[in-house]
Amino acid sequence: MENFSLQDKQIIRALQEDFPLCSEPYKILAQRVGLSEEDFLRRVKKLVDEKKIRRMGAVLRHREVGFKANALCAWHVPPDKLDAVGAVMSAHAAVSHCYDRTTAPNWNYNLYTMIHAKTREECDAIITELSNAAGITDYKILYTKREWKKTGMKYFCE
Amino acid sequence: MTELSDFDKALLNLLQGDIPICSHPFAKMARTLGTDEGTVLNRLRELKAAGYLRRIGTFFDSHRLGYRGTLVALKVAPSAVNSVAQAINRYPGATHNYEREGLYNLWFTLLTPDVECESKILAEIRALGGVEDMLKLKANKKYKVNVQFNLQ
Repeated sequence: MENFSLQDKQIIRALQEDFPLCSEPYKILAQRVGLSEEDFLRRVKKLVDEKKIRRMGAVLRHREVGFKANALCAWHVPPDKLDAVGAVMSAHAAVSHCYDRTTAPNWNYNLYTMIHAKTREECDAIITELSNAAGITDYKILYTKREWKKTGMKYFCE
Repeated sequence: MTELSDFDKALLNLLQGDIPICSHPFAKMARTLGTDEGTVLNRLRELKAAGYLRRIGTFFDSHRLGYRGTLVALKVAPSAVNSVAQAINRYPGATHNYEREGLYNLWFTLLTPDVECESKILAEIRALGGVEDMLKLKANKKYKVNVQFNLQ
């Protein structure tokens, strides 16, 4: 594992807190770490270049903005077709996550997609569409019944 | 909850993308939207207070920060779902925890700094009353991670 300096960790900890809604948010975060705004911005850009930061932005409460039907769909994909099927599924705007995962005994599903839609009918139709486009017919739809927790990870706090 | 106006939708679509990395990011966003910084900041505070925004901030690539991630599916006796879900929620590395339809009825993601930590937590959860089976579904390859909703 790559070593992160104490200052790297301080910067990451500052960035993972709620982003200040004010005119100069980076200046506020920089002050918490004891850096100038200029140095802090440079370090943030470096983290983006190194792809350690995926995105700076907002996550909406998707139910509140109208996406009320959310399903995890687990697909059984022949290993040699994973990349092609992964590409087909990822291209769909309703798919937020698409991961290849290890299987378990009595559980052959190896590709996982999260699908978001306004209604259950729409979500089912998207899954049928994905199934047809990818040529994968063995799958399980796991609709969300209740969200118990959804939070951002706090890194380097253990 | 108030209806989102066309301006709100444009603002939220922009905010879900990339917040500019510069001294006055909201002024830059305001220029893109044809308005001023004060209008953007005031409306964002209101939308946040109204519960539309889960989080504004930085999303890291957990793997590149040295963390390992796994999806875990549990088969839990219906009477124990609440207590097991709450026990899982207490682990900081359990970032997503959902009750789902089907035989495996509780699904959570776990991020840990090393394999020892992961094994310890999974053993503790497997031993909880009512947990009948556990599937560990480690991520091999991520084809897409993009939680953005296009508001129209």
